Amino acid sequence: MKRLINVRPSRAAGLALGALPFVLLLAAYLVASGVRLAENPNDKLLPSFGSFGEAVHRMAIEPDKRSGEVLLWADTAASLRRLALGVGISAILGLAFGIALGAIPLVRAGLAPFVEGLSLIPPMAVLPVLFVVFGLDELSKVVLIVFGIAPFVVRDLQQRTQELPRELIVKAQTLGASTWQVILRVVLPQILPRLIDAVRLSLGAAWLFLIAAEAIAATEGLGYRIFLVRRYLAMDVILPYVFWITLLAYLTDLGLRLLTRTAFPWYRPSGAQGAA
Amino acid sequence: MSRVHLRNVWKEYGDHVVLERLSLRVEPGEFCTLVGASGCGKTTFLRLLLGEEEPTRGEIRLDGELLAAEPGPDRGIVFQRYSVFPHLTVLGNVMLGLELRAAPLSGRLFLGARRQAREQAREMLAAVGLEQAKDKYPAQLSGGMQQRLALAQSLVLHPRILLLDEPFGALDPGIRADMHRLVLDLWAQHGLTVFMITHDLKEGFYLGTRLLVFDKVRHDPQAPHAYGATITYDLPVGATDRQLYEAIREDVRRSEADAA
Repeated sequence: MKRLINVRPSRAAGLALGALPFVLLLAAYLVASGVRLAENPNDKLLPSFGSFGEAVHRMAIEPDKRSGEVLLWADTAASLRRLALGVGISAILGLAFGIALGAIPLVRAGLAPFVEGLSLIPPMAVLPVLFVVFGLDELSKVVLIVFGIAPFVVRDLQQRTQELPRELIVKAQTLGASTWQVILRVVLPQILPRLIDAVRLSLGAAWLFLIAAEAIAATEGLGYRIFLVRRYLAMDVILPYVFWITLLAYLTDLGLRLLTRTAFPWYRPSGAQGAA
Repeated sequence: MSRVHLRNVWKEYGDHVVLERLSLRVEPGEFCTLVGASGCGKTTFLRLLLGEEEPTRGEIRLDGELLAAEPGPDRGIVFQRYSVFPHLTVLGNVMLGLELRAAPLSGRLFLGARRQAREQAREMLAAVGLEQAKDKYPAQLSGGMQQRLALAQSLVLHPRILLLDEPFGALDPGIRADMHRLVLDLWAQHGLTVFMITHDLKEGFYLGTRLLVFDKVRHDPQAPHAYGATITYDLPVGATDRQLYEAIREDVRRSEADAA
């Protein structure tokens, strides 16, 4: 008998093992939901899959009676726009400041303590300030996301820039590179795939801040909808919405991973193995 | 005028003296190998020439002019590792220096200028035997091929001195012999002035034209950092005999033991 640490599942067994927790959760839900509905057919807490189907039909296919919009798509568009703006601005800030902080000692001396201080402020604590300053509409939500994740991206990319081997920076100078050229031709191209890594890591937090901001003040959006229908205990809407958000998050992550692989074929994140 | 001229150069970090009383003249076309125990200051010496460190006393002149205190295109370098850019192809790595020189703002060349640079880079790659691998990324190359690339990348700009920091230290013995041949060929062809650090005393003895041995001549057991190393042997290669080789090897071994 091999030691447990040496037993590796075959590909098929691995897939089956991976699917198991999902299947178990689904089965547990079906059983619990069946038990509750048998006791009280009007129970709202664990709806049957039939009522999910009805809710999804109502939200994703039929236009809303009041606004004429199909709510799920309107919510998705609103949320993704805020998320893309917030994450995009954070990525640009992260790239610019991260590289400047990492590559130029004078900038680091001047700005690093400030960025560190900024990153320690709990973003949710300044949300009221953002509402007061930027108003209750789109801008304050985007600013919350930026406030929440940009300091992390900046500091992560500063770290990655400083981790580039000193030899490469010296070598570039012996090839005649100026500070600008070192940044443009040596640092930036090597930091871009690491920016995607940083964005992937911060997407979870970005969703968190988005949904929090939407829950407090919005007229549409995935987070807004969830918190709206919560008042009616409408689990038949909330759970599909949660599933949909999870799926969006997964697809975004997958897309970014594929982008890294196709746009940066030379890049292998630390820890990854195998020949090119 | 000498290519490189050091006059009474010292390098100290606070109380810690690394190099002391270093004076040296090196003429164009000389191939100097630098040997010595680890921690004896050969790497510091190379970093001084590179401009990564400044001497605390004395002066270094390159072709009669005071050496700039930062790395520049007149001095090429090949490190033991991380000498090539992982995000550029083999061809891109060699073209980089040409592009940086010609395009200060964008760092890139286009159209005719790019074709010309590519042609130049291709010739350089052929000279180091890497023409077949021109579209690969460095991660796809063996250690020896990466070092060939690093050499080509530096030499395409015709630096006035070429600095090699244990360039073959991580290579297999067989590959190392190939690389020796390549470096000697390039040195002869391009009329290079070379400084090469090596851990392998034999390499120092048979490669190049001049052997520089770094060691401490003064010791204070109470304060091991009070005195720095200097050049203890400065020998033309070829004029050395077996006995001297053994004597130097003994010296280096003793210094290693002292340091440990």
